[in-house]
Amino acid sequence: MTVVNPDLRAVKTTCAYCGVGCGILATPDGRGGAAISGDPDHPANFGRLCSKGSALGETLGLTSRLLYPMIRCGKGTMERVAWSDALDHVAHRFQHIIARDGPDAVAFYLSGQLLTEDYYVANKLMKGFIGSANVDTNSRLCMASSVAGHRRAFGADTVPGCYEDFDEADLLVLVGSNAAWCHPVLNQRMLANKQKRGARIVVIDPRRTDTVGDDDLFLGLRPGTDTALFSGLLVYLADNGVLDRHYIELHTTGFDDAIARARSITSSIGATALATGLSEQDVATFFQMFANTPRVVTLYSQGVNQSAQGTDKVNAILNCHLATGRIGLPGASPFSLTGQPNAMGGREVGGLANQLAAHMGFTPPDIDRVRRFWTAPRIATHEGLKAVQMFEAIARGEIRALWVMGTNPAVSLPNADGVREALKKLELFVISENVISNDTVDAGAHVLLPAQAWGEKSGTVTNSERRISRQRAFLPSPGEAKPDWWIMGEVARRLGFGAAFSFTSAADIFREHAALSAFENAGARDFDIGALQSLSDSDFDAMAPVQWPVRQGTEPQARFFAEGGFFAKDFRARFVAPETPALRTETTAARPLRLNTGRIRDQWHTMTRTGMSPRLGQHLPEPFVEVHPDDAAKYGVADGDFARIRTDYGQCTLRVIVSERQQRGMLFAPIHWSEANATGARVGSLVAPVTDPFSGQPENKATPASIVPYEYVFRGFALSRKPLELPAHAWVARVAVNGGHGYLFADNADVAGWQSWLKSIARDDLAEYKDFGGSVYRAASFDGDRIDTCLFIGPARDAGDWNVIKDLFAADTLNHDQRRMLLSGKSVDGLANAGPIVCACFGIGRNTICDTIAAGVRSAADIGTKLKAGTNCGSCIPELKRLIAQAGTNDPEQRKLVVAN
Amino acid sequence: MSEPLVIVGNGMAAARLVDELAKVALGRYAVAVIGDEPRLAYNRVLLSSVLAGETTSQDIELRPASWWRDRGVTLKYGCVATEIDVGRRELKIENDESIPFSKLVLTTGSSPLRLNVPGADLAGVHTFRDSRDVDLLLTLAAQKKRVVVIGGGLLGLEAAYGLAKAGAPVTLVHLMNRLMERQLDAPAAALLKSLVESKGIEILLNANTASIHGETRVESVELADGRLLEADAVIFAAGIRPNIALAREAGIPVNRGMVVDDHLQTGASGIFAIGECAEHRGVCYGLVEPAYEQARVLARHLAGREASYSGSIVATNLKVSGVSVFSAGDSMGGDGSEAIVLSDINHGTYKKLVIVDGRLTGAVLIGDVADALWYLELIRTRQPTARIRADMMFGRSLATRSEAA
Repeated sequence: MTVVNPDLRAVKTTCAYCGVGCGILATPDGRGGAAISGDPDHPANFGRLCSKGSALGETLGLTSRLLYPMIRCGKGTMERVAWSDALDHVAHRFQHIIARDGPDAVAFYLSGQLLTEDYYVANKLMKGFIGSANVDTNSRLCMASSVAGHRRAFGADTVPGCYEDFDEADLLVLVGSNAAWCHPVLNQRMLANKQKRGARIVVIDPRRTDTVGDDDLFLGLRPGTDTALFSGLLVYLADNGVLDRHYIELHTTGFDDAIARARSITSSIGATALATGLSEQDVATFFQMFANTPRVVTLYSQGVNQSAQGTDKVNAILNCHLATGRIGLPGASPFSLTGQPNAMGGREVGGLANQLAAHMGFTPPDIDRVRRFWTAPRIATHEGLKAVQMFEAIARGEIRALWVMGTNPAVSLPNADGVREALKKLELFVISENVISNDTVDAGAHVLLPAQAWGEKSGTVTNSERRISRQRAFLPSPGEAKPDWWIMGEVARRLGFGAAFSFTSAADIFREHAALSAFENAGARDFDIGALQSLSDSDFDAMAPVQWPVRQGTEPQARFFAEGGFFAKDFRARFVAPETPALRTETTAARPLRLNTGRIRDQWHTMTRTGMSPRLGQHLPEPFVEVHPDDAAKYGVADGDFARIRTDYGQCTLRVIVSERQQRGMLFAPIHWSEANATGARVGSLVAPVTDPFSGQPENKATPASIVPYEYVFRGFALSRKPLELPAHAWVARVAVNGGHGYLFADNADVAGWQSWLKSIARDDLAEYKDFGGSVYRAASFDGDRIDTCLFIGPARDAGDWNVIKDLFAADTLNHDQRRMLLSGKSVDGLANAGPIVCACFGIGRNTICDTIAAGVRSAADIGTKLKAGTNCGSCIPELKRLIAQAGTNDPEQRKLVVAN
Repeated sequence: MSEPLVIVGNGMAAARLVDELAKVALGRYAVAVIGDEPRLAYNRVLLSSVLAGETTSQDIELRPASWWRDRGVTLKYGCVATEIDVGRRELKIENDESIPFSKLVLTTGSSPLRLNVPGADLAGVHTFRDSRDVDLLLTLAAQKKRVVVIGGGLLGLEAAYGLAKAGAPVTLVHLMNRLMERQLDAPAAALLKSLVESKGIEILLNANTASIHGETRVESVELADGRLLEADAVIFAAGIRPNIALAREAGIPVNRGMVVDDHLQTGASGIFAIGECAEHRGVCYGLVEPAYEQARVLARHLAGREASYSGSIVATNLKVSGVSVFSAGDSMGGDGSEAIVLSDINHGTYKKLVIVDGRLTGAVLIGDVADALWYLELIRTRQPTARIRADMMFGRSLATRSEAA
């Protein structure tokens, strides 16, 4: 635990992870760390935190940080340079490429973990001053389909509801959302509703995840058939008189087309069951529940969004809410759960290639308005390239310069091997980062710029319910790290745009952002925080969490659209007639399965932060693939063994988990591992780069794949105080552990080779266990009484107990018995310990003898009668006498002690 | 009338035989024990502890006089047997007295080897065998005499340790390239060397004693390589020789020891031999454990029961305080054997288990000897070890827990 200095005050900030946007109290310890707890006053979490948020304090170390600017020099190595040189270099190269190839030859690729102010400056620079809309973000992989769906239906990217609706709903429908793992604090809120108010929960997901409670309705539909389910629901609602004719009439258009299309997709419960692979009974139950429960919130997340028909899925859901008028009412609304801490903030500034700024698009009036507001010399007039297309353009050599900020596309994008190759073609590849190494940095960055990390940077973020919260600094900036907005501002100044980028603080930027949101708005656009445009610096610092809109002169509103008021010219919502659902790709004999990808409970994205936490490394330490038992049997893979997963784009080698929770015909693999922390487990390399036609979001959850067993004869693990480079032939997963670095591995090479490897890195004080005949080698080197490095390798399932050894490694000292048993690799809890042998003839230990003495035996002969000790060669009799004598002198003292206490 | 049974030798084997006989054939024999040492039988194994000051000479007496009396034993100690008349079934002793026997058991033990080098007969050259030797060595140590111990086996190490503990500067010279080479492999012997050195004993390996110099008494020891070690005393601890003269002169077949069969009977009917003086199936044991096993078998045989001795699996324990050494069975391991090794040298631990055809055949333990007896049992019972192989190094409790699981 971090010890807190009472002189240091708790700073209110927000969590670095998901879109729930939990408030956090961070109390720095004065030594670079901080104690973390939930902020009881924050309306997103009321003091609750999930496992990841709670462990933030374990991720604050500087060991992997990028601390100063670096440039790839002539020799190919990265060299430290001064900020001014790095910035000059970036500006100069950008200028050169833009002048030569035009503004569309450069691009920014941003992150949902940037603050709104950073996002604002990036967007303004690229779209207003460089003159390209090639600004996209990893949010494209996260909720672009929700954005597109919202805009099609509502005329704006508006989340109509708020978190309170989760408390007040009677039915919560989760579609493609493993909220229990991905949005745990909101999930807790829903469970509280279930417990207190009896709300029912329906989980729609190809996988039976931990979100499915015992008494919930689980609809394990076939992948990509969500639209069929919700089309069937719309038909059911229409046929059973559940429609809100009044609302449809007054506030919407397009219902007739939409219902006609829905009927053509799934005209009945039976047709819905057929299309989705669900039982008719389950479908009917769900439809009845939905029909009979006015207070219904439908929550959707990546299972809906990450699809080549994601936008249609979103609209199929929205159609059902619009048709019943269940929108923007307490406890009744559709609700998009965002994945990242500031995906929403990015959407608000327009940090996506198909938005312009402040929820304005590329219509001539919007372009003109933004141009005038910014006094922009060269405003982008058309949409830029969305993430997947952006990297394809890089591969084709059309984009020559790329600036990546705070994200790891070489891991996270589909066809990640292709992305990595594409990056190598760049003429200029700039990365603003916290970490000195990750797969993207290692893909050939030319310039590394040290950005402030969570805990150091200051600005705002917006969570899934449109709530803007301050993220505040509570740690000093290490090394030469700078705010992202400062870095971009400096480059902008060097490009000659100094006047427009003269921001001196995040507050400066926020005020301009707020002013733009209100500029010529007058209620025409949903996003308006004009009331905040003249906050003083101190007001900005003290700003409490606030939900937008925050219009000047009007009351705050928590919800949208209960009374219509959509952001189309006619103020009406659009029913969208979705395409007949079909996955973009086909399975074949060679690729008979579908690969689904997603998050696990205790890791975040590419693990550059969560991977530092020993606590978070415990839950699921190794990259894995989940397989249904029938498929496991069919393809010859077994639980705990390894398998090779292949798609048309790449291959991975993963640990197999056989699970009934997985659907037949589908595989599931988590997205978190990369080259930086595992071997051949970069799941992004497997994913097909096919995208939704409206949102550009890739279909990360249904790539045709094959699975074959991959045999590793040996398993093992290593623990060390310092990072290790394991032999290249091994499959390795890196795990943060208390006190150092952990590595779980599998291998086929000779065990003796591991001995040589270990000896090359171990200290002199080395303990070894060798059973080469049994293919077992275990060793530990010591620094005093503490393990420095240890290695356990053996036949599969017999390498030693990782958890037991991890605990011993974490200890500062090992006592005699712990060291004696360490290389057994097993827990010795509960084993009788006779102590060091005194009577060698009968193997009687000191503890056994002392116990006998304590029981009243007072001569060596009597010990012999009782234990046989000393009755053969008799050489231990002197020691027996000594033990009796010692017990005699110790006893009275111990008695005294007992009395004294 | 009880049958007269005479035991020649008053050592540990004799005492154990009397004890075993009392258990299985009390009253059947009139037992007489003839011993040349002038005291009651004592625990010879503990002589090094006496030398080290860890116990006293009185404390090592095996049994009080009353114990012998209670078992009806006629004790003649300080009394040398001179001749066996096999035909007349009589034992002659020093003063020409003859003792008739029906059964005779020879437990004459062994004597230290004296190297055949120049100066070996000088004053100040000693052996380490009985309590008289110990008294002498204690005197040397008390005077801080420089002592060279020749022989890096069990006996030499214990003598060296005892002397060093008693205060003498000690150098141990050993002919071979490692200590206890018959029991220990190279890493074990190297660890033992460092542990013994840490007790303040200088050890010279590959050290072949060429001669002992001195005018009237020992002054130095010269090694074959020319090295000269100053010394006030030299202890020979380079091996033992079974005491077989009595038997040989009586025409009882001898080889290195007195040859006995599986009933411990020599070539002469009704005459038996046990302990260090006996040679069974070509093996002369120099340890107490086989002598005890032989005593038990012989007692049962003499009691008329079915009993037969098929040899001992030898286990060695070194009695040097703080240096636990155990070796049993085929501790080297040869072709066709596998070795499992645990070494934690800085922690003073080295353990090797030798496995042949899935069975434990040998063990060497240094430092951690907690499970020595279990290994010995596994070696003796030849039980298959496949199921406990992964854990057996870490002791019986872990291995049997895993096996049960």
